[in-house]
Amino acid sequence: MASVAYPVDEQSSAKAPGVLAALHEWVITVDHKRLGIMYIMMALLFFVVAGSFATVIRAQLAVPNNSLVPPAVFNRLFTVHGTTMVFFVGMPFFAGLANYLVPLMLGARDMAFPRLNAFGFWITLFGGILLYSSYIAGEGLAGHGTAPDVGWFAYAPLTERAFSRGTSTDYWILSIMLGGIGSTITAINVIATALSLRTKGMTLARMPLFVWMMCVVSFQVLVALPPLTAGQIMLLMDRYLGAHFFDTQAGGDAVLWQHFFWLFGHPEVYILIIPGFACVSEIVPVFSRKPIFGRAAMIGATVAIGFISLSVWAHHMFAVGMTSQANTFFAASTMLVGVPTGIKIFNWLGTLWGGRIRFDTAMLFCIAFLFQFLIAGLTGIMLGVAPLDWQLTDSYFVVAHFHYTLIGGLLFTLFGGIYYWFPKATGRMLNETLGKWHFWLLVLGFHLTFDPQHFAGFLGMPRRIYTYAAGRGWEGFNMISSIGAGIQGLAVLIFVINVIVSVRKGRVAGNDPWDAWSLEWATTSPPAEYNFETLPEVRSTRPLWDLKHPEDPDWKFE
Amino acid sequence: MLWLALAWLGLAAESRGQTVHAIADMFKPLASPASAVRDLSYLVFAICGAIFVVVASLLTYALIRFRRRAHLDDSEPPQVYGSNQIEIAWTVIPVLIVFVLTMTTARVIAALQDKPQPANAVQVTVIGHQWWWEFRYPGLDVVTANEMHIPVSTRANERPSFLTLESADVAHSFWVPQLAGKTDVIPNRANHMWLDPHETGIYYGNCAEYCGTQHANMLIRVVVDSAEDFDKWLAHQKQPAAADASAPAARAAFFGLACVTCHTVKGTRAIGAFGPDLTHLMSRGTLASGMIPNTPETLRSWVNDPQVIKPGSLMPAMQLTDQELAQVIAYLTTLQ
Repeated sequence: MASVAYPVDEQSSAKAPGVLAALHEWVITVDHKRLGIMYIMMALLFFVVAGSFATVIRAQLAVPNNSLVPPAVFNRLFTVHGTTMVFFVGMPFFAGLANYLVPLMLGARDMAFPRLNAFGFWITLFGGILLYSSYIAGEGLAGHGTAPDVGWFAYAPLTERAFSRGTSTDYWILSIMLGGIGSTITAINVIATALSLRTKGMTLARMPLFVWMMCVVSFQVLVALPPLTAGQIMLLMDRYLGAHFFDTQAGGDAVLWQHFFWLFGHPEVYILIIPGFACVSEIVPVFSRKPIFGRAAMIGATVAIGFISLSVWAHHMFAVGMTSQANTFFAASTMLVGVPTGIKIFNWLGTLWGGRIRFDTAMLFCIAFLFQFLIAGLTGIMLGVAPLDWQLTDSYFVVAHFHYTLIGGLLFTLFGGIYYWFPKATGRMLNETLGKWHFWLLVLGFHLTFDPQHFAGFLGMPRRIYTYAAGRGWEGFNMISSIGAGIQGLAVLIFVINVIVSVRKGRVAGNDPWDAWSLEWATTSPPAEYNFETLPEVRSTRPLWDLKHPEDPDWKFE
Repeated sequence: MLWLALAWLGLAAESRGQTVHAIADMFKPLASPASAVRDLSYLVFAICGAIFVVVASLLTYALIRFRRRAHLDDSEPPQVYGSNQIEIAWTVIPVLIVFVLTMTTARVIAALQDKPQPANAVQVTVIGHQWWWEFRYPGLDVVTANEMHIPVSTRANERPSFLTLESADVAHSFWVPQLAGKTDVIPNRANHMWLDPHETGIYYGNCAEYCGTQHANMLIRVVVDSAEDFDKWLAHQKQPAAADASAPAARAAFFGLACVTCHTVKGTRAIGAFGPDLTHLMSRGTLASGMIPNTPETLRSWVNDPQVIKPGSLMPAMQLTDQELAQVIAYLTTLQ
């Protein structure tokens, strides 16, 4: 046996069998594009799982006195559904979009810290798997095999050991903490990349709005996650080290947990939705054939949301018995955050105005977003009016409101983003016919599901109930809502089919299928590992517009 | 589960001639706090509705007016970058709207939260438990469960009820939409709210803060009595348990069982504090925190195995023999 020294790359590519080699490439990668795609695949996978949980929830609630699932199982369903959607769907979507697009938009070779980036992905994925492993490993009150059942905001003291025995709550704490490490890593990476790896000529003033918004999100992550992590560590200390932070039976404070949680939880809402804003701010201009209206105001409004959203958290707590002064303050700050959000909607409207609007599927999702997010914002104002919130909070009105923001707002923009950037990532277009079916079924299903829930809330239906009696006026609304959930499931199924079919047989996209203006469209689809062979000169916010229209370049006006 | 649904139909019978407000519509308020919120909501809905109509119309107009008309029209529209005047306009107008809304909101908050308590107010201490409600009338030696009696408060005879809300275990929330918005019920903390129902009847509500397995069946009934009926009710509830001589064997059997470790029967040695007070059990219309009507038959099913009716309930099935069960029910039904 003579020892032969193989070159490392030859060994890995030539000797390993096909599938394993490919898998190996993905596992060891530090390439921002592959990590971005893996983040998005992870988000979609968990979206399908937690979405199917939602359909079981809706099936149980379709009729009164239903006994499809027992109460304990139902409580785990909505807890894991909420936790997954926020931490293992919304956050990986942010990380995936940022990872894939920020370096390409900046003309960079990769993120600032590629190896840290890979670590961030794997720890996030592990967090998600840990959450679900509670189903087979978590020992709860009812014996082996129980998942967390304390709700996604896990109010104390229900999470204390006196009320949550076994380890199911620990799975909730630890999986979120791991996901938080991944989010923090992404945040640091995005900020460092945007600050230090912009290509020649790209000043901060010329940086794409998408990257600006991702930077604001990243700063929010860095500020908002620590209170959650601190609260969770205190909770672990309560549970295992005899501390009494939230242990009311030993003089602890249940409301303190709520402050810690929502100090994270409200900025988190904006952390989830601003990546959606970022997609809209790229897609709407391209399909209107105009630059974004009021770019500086858009950046200012995003930064303003970043700051104001840190001072509104206690609007989740109007009913806990704060003083009238505190309630007034948080009502005012909550309504104030509507102002920069309104500015954004007006600027998107201004972008449409005078354009030559094309209605491809990506744009349709953004248009639906504009209407739906408008409604979500207005119901948010209603909830910000504290006395009205005393009626509406923790009712189905709130369920409808935040699903309007997170599905009608965020999910629609993410689908828009996927239809828009899928050609860049795979080299092939998603099928437009299937795309339109996907879009219209989702619109229909979404409105059937969530519009009636507002009214169930008006009639006193509280959230998180596993059943309800007949005769309270809720039956019709719930039945329609459940039918809508099924239609949404069908829409998502069509989307999955579209992705599977198009990734193999879709129309070849070419470098720039949308005739767009930011740098990612200046390279091949999919981009080579090194991203760019050559980069156009950046002299304005729309380098490719300048290239295509030498007679009317942007830099003349900036 | 079918019999549960049937039992619910029987609940109409439990009302004993009182109006049942089963549809808890916040837009049909029957007390001042809920009316104040409803009136404020009209202003908020009007403003939000106007904003929606304006913005949605502009969006729709822009989408139709500025759509690409010819399919192959690849010419580019005029490139417009923005306008400072317009930006200022759509910043200032929303700020003014927010200002108006904030001022109006502040007034309603202060009026509802900081209302002084009149001398004739009825005091009730509400204690949330997993998954039932305890109502105590301080100074009156009255304790009941799941059905809170308060007097009607008419314009001629104002008599509001002031509630102090506490919890024995985890966080709950007290919500009867036709009477007032919700107030959380948080352990180690006393919260306050007030109600002044204008009409007699039974008002339905729910626990509105997720509190564990049976959160869904932590139902609230507020029984609003006329002034005379309320005083009569109080006088009756003050009495110790009736020592009915007709069932001495049943009584002896009950006090020989473990029931007494969790339940109180006033005037006896049953002084448990974990479960609902049973002193006047049969004066209540429902069992299991409003899940089923209170009849000897349903009471028997409940005591036999609460887990069938309310899975996860903290009351265990006591594995009573048929004879013990019959005796317990015989005794409990004397607690009028």
